[in-house]
Amino acid sequence: MPHLNTSRRMLLAAGAAGLAAPALAQNAPIKVGLVAVLTGPQAALGTQLRDGWMLGMRQLNNQLGGRPVETIVIDDELRPDVAVTKVRAALERDRVDFVVGVVFSNILAAIMRPVTEANTFLISTNAGPSTFAGRGCNPFFFATSYNNDQVHSVMGQAAQDDGRRRVFLLTPNYQAGRDAMAGFKSRFRGEVVDEVYVPLTQLDFSAELARIASLRPDAVFTFMPGGLGVNLVRQYRQAGLANIPFLSTFTVDEATLPAQGEAALGFFSGTNWAPNMDNPANRAFVRDFEAAFNYVPASYAAQTFDAANLLNGAVRRVGGNLADKNALRAAIAAADFQSVRGAFRFGANQFPVQDFWLAQVARRPDGRFQTETVRRVLEANVDPWAGECRMPARI
Amino acid sequence: MLLVVQALNGLQFGILLFLVAAGLTLVFGVMDFINLAHGVQYMIGAYLGATLAAATGSFWGGLLLALPAALLVGLVLEWLVFRHLYARDHLSQVLATFGVILFLNQGVKFVFGAAPLQMPVPEALSGGVPIMEGLLYPTYRLAILAAGLATAALLWFLVERTKAGMLVRAGAANAPMLGALGVNVDRLFMLVFGFGAMLAGFAGVMAAPILSVEPGMGDNLLILAFVVIVIGGIGSVRGAFIAALLVGLVETIGRSAMPDLMRLFLDPSAARQAGAAMASMLVYVVMALILAVKPAGLFPVKR
Amino acid sequence: MRWRDASLPLLVFAALAIAPFIGFGQGHALTLLARAMIFGMAAMSLSLLVGGAGLVSLGHAAMLGVGAYAVVVLDHAGVTEALVVLPVAVLAAALFALLTGAVAIRTSGVHFIMITLAFGQMAFFTTSSLAIYGGDDGYTLFSRMEVAGSRFLEGRLAFHFTCLALLAGTWLLVQALLDSRFGRVLRAAQQNEVRAQAVGFAPYRYRLVAYVIAGAIGGMAGVLLSQAAEFVAPAYLTWQRSGDLLFMVILGGLAGPHGALVGALAIVLIEEWLAELTEHWRMIFGPMLILCVFFLRGGLVGLLRR
Repeated sequence: MPHLNTSRRMLLAAGAAGLAAPALAQNAPIKVGLVAVLTGPQAALGTQLRDGWMLGMRQLNNQLGGRPVETIVIDDELRPDVAVTKVRAALERDRVDFVVGVVFSNILAAIMRPVTEANTFLISTNAGPSTFAGRGCNPFFFATSYNNDQVHSVMGQAAQDDGRRRVFLLTPNYQAGRDAMAGFKSRFRGEVVDEVYVPLTQLDFSAELARIASLRPDAVFTFMPGGLGVNLVRQYRQAGLANIPFLSTFTVDEATLPAQGEAALGFFSGTNWAPNMDNPANRAFVRDFEAAFNYVPASYAAQTFDAANLLNGAVRRVGGNLADKNALRAAIAAADFQSVRGAFRFGANQFPVQDFWLAQVARRPDGRFQTETVRRVLEANVDPWAGECRMPARI
Repeated sequence: MLLVVQALNGLQFGILLFLVAAGLTLVFGVMDFINLAHGVQYMIGAYLGATLAAATGSFWGGLLLALPAALLVGLVLEWLVFRHLYARDHLSQVLATFGVILFLNQGVKFVFGAAPLQMPVPEALSGGVPIMEGLLYPTYRLAILAAGLATAALLWFLVERTKAGMLVRAGAANAPMLGALGVNVDRLFMLVFGFGAMLAGFAGVMAAPILSVEPGMGDNLLILAFVVIVIGGIGSVRGAFIAALLVGLVETIGRSAMPDLMRLFLDPSAARQAGAAMASMLVYVVMALILAVKPAGLFPVKR
Repeated sequence: MRWRDASLPLLVFAALAIAPFIGFGQGHALTLLARAMIFGMAAMSLSLLVGGAGLVSLGHAAMLGVGAYAVVVLDHAGVTEALVVLPVAVLAAALFALLTGAVAIRTSGVHFIMITLAFGQMAFFTTSSLAIYGGDDGYTLFSRMEVAGSRFLEGRLAFHFTCLALLAGTWLLVQALLDSRFGRVLRAAQQNEVRAQAVGFAPYRYRLVAYVIAGAIGGMAGVLLSQAAEFVAPAYLTWQRSGDLLFMVILGGLAGPHGALVGALAIVLIEEWLAELTEHWRMIFGPMLILCVFFLRGGLVGLLRR
């Protein structure tokens, strides 16, 4: 391993010059704070995210760019103030070099200031709220995922392309839900026959299903993450509505499919990644992930796996020296790694510029369920907020 | 027609609530014991049902095995924890049963993982009844309604027409007196407790095929069940039944009617969001109103 | 005031005062201690209700929420002066307590629990639907408040000692209230309502005043919580949060505000400590609570007194 040799030689040289301290830091492990929700009803998503990182570390021999890694797993409990306390502890006590992860936007919003103000790089591997893509963009913040609006607008475009004229919208009544509907409508030009907001704690969708049946739309678009989506999909199928196309985002994915099973067969999802994507990096990722954890990975895992490889490439590029923040930032922005999504690059606001796909739930030969790409809907898509970002050239 | 479907949905949700609330109100009324862990017994029922159904390969196998298993879990908890709390004040009971919630919510996650589980709808009940143009009303939901009503009738019979039921009613009115009269209060308590746990477990198994089986699934239902027993009058099974149906109907119909109602005052998009927020609150508003007028609930048990 | 009731809190305050200088001066340790102190204030105000007046509220998080959202509303309007924000937030919480308390205090026992829960849920759903303040995602405060134009709350030690001063102030206030004639009437009415009425006291009015005072202190704690996290979200108002506060009061013991103080510090610090040991810390914490109930009659302070 050439990098190790270089740094050892540097160590000798530096030691001779009596400047051992900064060079020694190069052999100390890189510390990464991995933030995921691991308790409560949404823990399945956080588990996916964490396992994606762990697989990346396993494949990289627990090293980033040749330096050993110490991962500190932080359970945000989906409580913003708890997340802030724990992340501050990781920054100040453990002196983490990177903070990676975060499933939910509200947690990201809460930890954004503490992390970036500590001049530490924050890599979101799922949450991608518009604020931080536009006006609130930050040189210390990268996303390997997407901007929330993009995924929803994909379904709007797909509905438009498929000639659906009358669409029924259904979402939980919270910020991400309202954003989802706005994202869909940004590309859909047909008629929205009704738009229904349900409480986040909803268990039973029969009232809404009856409404759908009475309106007979061409398609239903919904954003129902986690357990909500499990309930909705099963009840939708049981109510005999499956002949009305079910368009969704974050509702039928590999985190919920084990519980939805056959009920979700044929339902559509908008996504930037699916397990069946045909490239060598992705085939290896899905195979190794299933061997290691015995379940099918979802995009939460894929995007976090990408983050591990992204950072590996970046640390290698700067020769293991994390002190020069401008150089490190340029190295991350270069995106020097093989993404499971194929081509990968960052835009000016440090969010990915990527393709988005229409995917559909299918049963694999081994009986497990996964989403599979149907067609590319948006190509090299830049998120709608990038124009508002005034990113400083230097930190 | 839409209203009929909504009413049916409301009744079905109410029935599910009743199965959970019935045990809660009996345990509270007879034993003067606040059991926050009643919601996790519902969750345990759902997990047992889903696991045993997968193991036996059929819904019915899961249901039949899950009921005694839920009873057993309830009795073990009673023996380990709850029994030592009957003589304590309400606040101690609240704190200790909260400890049980923490342990079991995390415990099922430890054992079964965080991802939601699936339980299939039984083959015989997998169809639907065409109830309006384009909408099937799932047979399984009708079965829940029927099973819930049958359970309610059975419960009514047990409480109103049997000797054990008479003791339970007497206990709800004045428990110390029963002891003084030579009734084995400990055994009565265990009976009531086990029965309540089994009812909650039954509700969990019945709900498993339509709702997602996940850690913490009982927490929100527990709060609604408390709303039900307070509206109905603590200790009153009849009150719990009527209040559960009321809460179910208010929840379901309010959700579809509130946005339309708000549209009279606001522009459509604001009305949808405000309406949804109002609908979430509606149950609590109804409870506050009922308690403001009848502080002891609709059917207070006479003391 | 009995000396042995005072000795324990004074010890705690002294420990908190020297903590930054004996190895707990790092930012995260201070953040944690600030959280513990803020919940300490909230729990002490709740203990005035639970221990003092026998009013078990399951909606106390709403008081913190009203205080915190007052900060948000003013911040959104460009007002960040603590000398304005704090009084407004405290008054808002007191007003909320007055309006909801006027209804809730007509009931008692478990009905009071449920009706305070109902008001708490209404406040929660209201804040979640406030789209201009971020709805469920919450609202990021971009700086702490100024105090008379100075930015001294940004200083870690300054914030620590501000919290400590307010914590000590809260304890003094609650303890003084309980020791006063007012507190004796509250307790008398709790033990025997009819007799209190017979000797000419209207318990309703006394309880309402206690509820409003507790709400006001809760509002102050909410302001501090928003400043500590520099972030406000409806998650602060969930019924689980109200439950947490109640558990702090019960775990600590109902003998006085020092019980709530000890309970709050214990729960916040033990949670933090256990969470570092294992992801499944709740499987340890749950049985710990059960054992505390079994073996510690009178809560944690009961243990310390023995």
